[in-house]
Amino acid sequence: MTGRVLLTLLVLALADPAQADHAAECRLGAQEIERDFPLPQVTRAIDAKQLHILVVGAGSSLLPGSSGAKNAYPARLEAALAAKLPGVAVQVSTDVQARRTAGEMVTSLPAALAAAKPALMVWQTGTVDAMHSIDTDQFREALEHGINIARSAGADVVLINAQYSPRTESMIALGLYAENMRWVALQQEVPLFDRFSIMKLWADLGTFDLYSATKKLDMAERVHDCIGQLLADLVFQSAKPDEPRAESGR
Amino acid sequence: MTESPYERKAVHGSGTERDLRLDLFRGIALWLIFLDHIPSNAVSWITIRNYGFSDATEIFVFISGYTAAFVYGRAMQQHGFIVASARVLKRAWQIYVAHVFLFAIYLAEIAYVAHSFDNPLYTEEMGVLDFLKNPDVTILQALLLKFKPVNMDVLPLYIVLLLWFPPMLWLLLRTPSVALVTSAALYSLTWWFDWAIPAYPSGTWVFNPFAWQLMFVFGAWCAVGGAQRLSGWINSPGMVGIAAAYMLFAFGIAMTWYFPRLGVFVPKFVSDIIYPIDKTNLDVLRIAHFLSLAVITVWFVPRNWRGLKSPLLWPAIICGQHSLEVFCLGVFLAFAGHFVFTEISNRLFMHVVVSAVGIGIMVATAALISWYRSVERGSGPRPPSIQPGYAEGGA
Repeated sequence: MTGRVLLTLLVLALADPAQADHAAECRLGAQEIERDFPLPQVTRAIDAKQLHILVVGAGSSLLPGSSGAKNAYPARLEAALAAKLPGVAVQVSTDVQARRTAGEMVTSLPAALAAAKPALMVWQTGTVDAMHSIDTDQFREALEHGINIARSAGADVVLINAQYSPRTESMIALGLYAENMRWVALQQEVPLFDRFSIMKLWADLGTFDLYSATKKLDMAERVHDCIGQLLADLVFQSAKPDEPRAESGR
Repeated sequence: MTESPYERKAVHGSGTERDLRLDLFRGIALWLIFLDHIPSNAVSWITIRNYGFSDATEIFVFISGYTAAFVYGRAMQQHGFIVASARVLKRAWQIYVAHVFLFAIYLAEIAYVAHSFDNPLYTEEMGVLDFLKNPDVTILQALLLKFKPVNMDVLPLYIVLLLWFPPMLWLLLRTPSVALVTSAALYSLTWWFDWAIPAYPSGTWVFNPFAWQLMFVFGAWCAVGGAQRLSGWINSPGMVGIAAAYMLFAFGIAMTWYFPRLGVFVPKFVSDIIYPIDKTNLDVLRIAHFLSLAVITVWFVPRNWRGLKSPLLWPAIICGQHSLEVFCLGVFLAFAGHFVFTEISNRLFMHVVVSAVGIGIMVATAALISWYRSVERGSGPRPPSIQPGYAEGGA
């Protein structure tokens, strides 16, 4: 972990120092993104000019307030992907509800998938399982089960792990669940969006002060916006690995 | 640990002097556990869990088993089963009290966080504080060892291991091989039937005692003569070669956790076999990694190594000699360290300071306890036949 931080600092030291805008802030997390596994259904959907994505998640896929839905990462993902894919109708729908474990989400998956018929299911989970210390075998089984349901409904899957939350770190043991998600992602050959490491990197570099106590929404909104953008990068690059990376213009 | 005359004789005469390597490596394990327990601690990249499958917990449990057999085995031989068992149970009670004390500190920390922290980004995560709304249930479940906060799983494991230890020790002193086979059988049955101890509000214990007892009993078995039986084997260059190769393999795999791009070099069938690496049930890969580490350590650090008397290693040795106190202090200091990160600064410099100061406090406290015990023993009113400190000696 520290190795990566040092590496990033080195890259920053060598790079153009005039990177102060918001998009550049987000870019700092980009190296954490892996694109080892393809997303064939998404590729097909892009070729057909119609991409439908379903985000399944719990409380950390939400923002409070009246404009919460507009500023949370699912909506930001939609905007960022639409910008990357001109001419493609990008639509992101959500099945998001706070305080759900992976197992609880799986029970509502068939209905949600049948309603949305997505080419891609983005699945954010792990936090609530860690908070309730769900048995890790059960957690892994739920993940595998959910991935299989999505695949048989004709959707690719991207997993998103927990947020990095430094204040509550001594209360929620995320490590075990993050590891188990990584293993399931590897074995099922599913891309993992490592939200935890990206946010940890932002905290280490001072991009965002994730320790701060505030009722204001501005930082939370910027974090969600960055997550949406990086997620769009992951989806785009996994689905279209041959095309040049569309980040130079950002 | 005391220095009563009995301690100079090992249970089965495996030497005339206390093996300082045990104290040294237990002391180091305590430091590593402390560093790992401070959330987000950048200094924890030096700890062994980042470079292979096993971590300091295996070292701690193994050495604790070794010293428990060493101390209570002698008590059992001299004073019989009842007296030795009573001492083991007294020790378990002390650990229970220590655990409850740490839980009180934990409650104080989280009540503070609940009171002071708010951020719309973390609405979900703050739900973890909900249990403060019904403290009656939570505290009761904590006293029953079913509700265990993060990083407070080792002491409950230790308590259960000690409760099961008297009959095991009895068996170890008669037929060590049968005892070890019994322990391994329990381990295997646990994997076969998924035996576990339930936790509150859901899930199971993070360290499954039915599985982890194998490491403890293996340590005890080594103390009652097993180590000597294995010595020819352990010290053979072939064995060291195998151990080194395995450590290298584990190192390579561990690197793919931190640099996921290296993952392409791990064939799928390998990852299908090794994952999940189950810490709760003491995965075989972890045992093998610990054994490799032990073989290599014993190869480089012989029992009579002169460095063991060097003042450079004294801080680790003294911590290893007062393991319960230092362990509990480490848990507390990890809470305090996290508090410093959240309230004062979380820059890299602060990580280094908190880690170094924490270890300094651990060493100073261990030295103070040593001094205190020696004063008590030297001028205490108690007759020497009671052997003060015997039962609480670092087992």
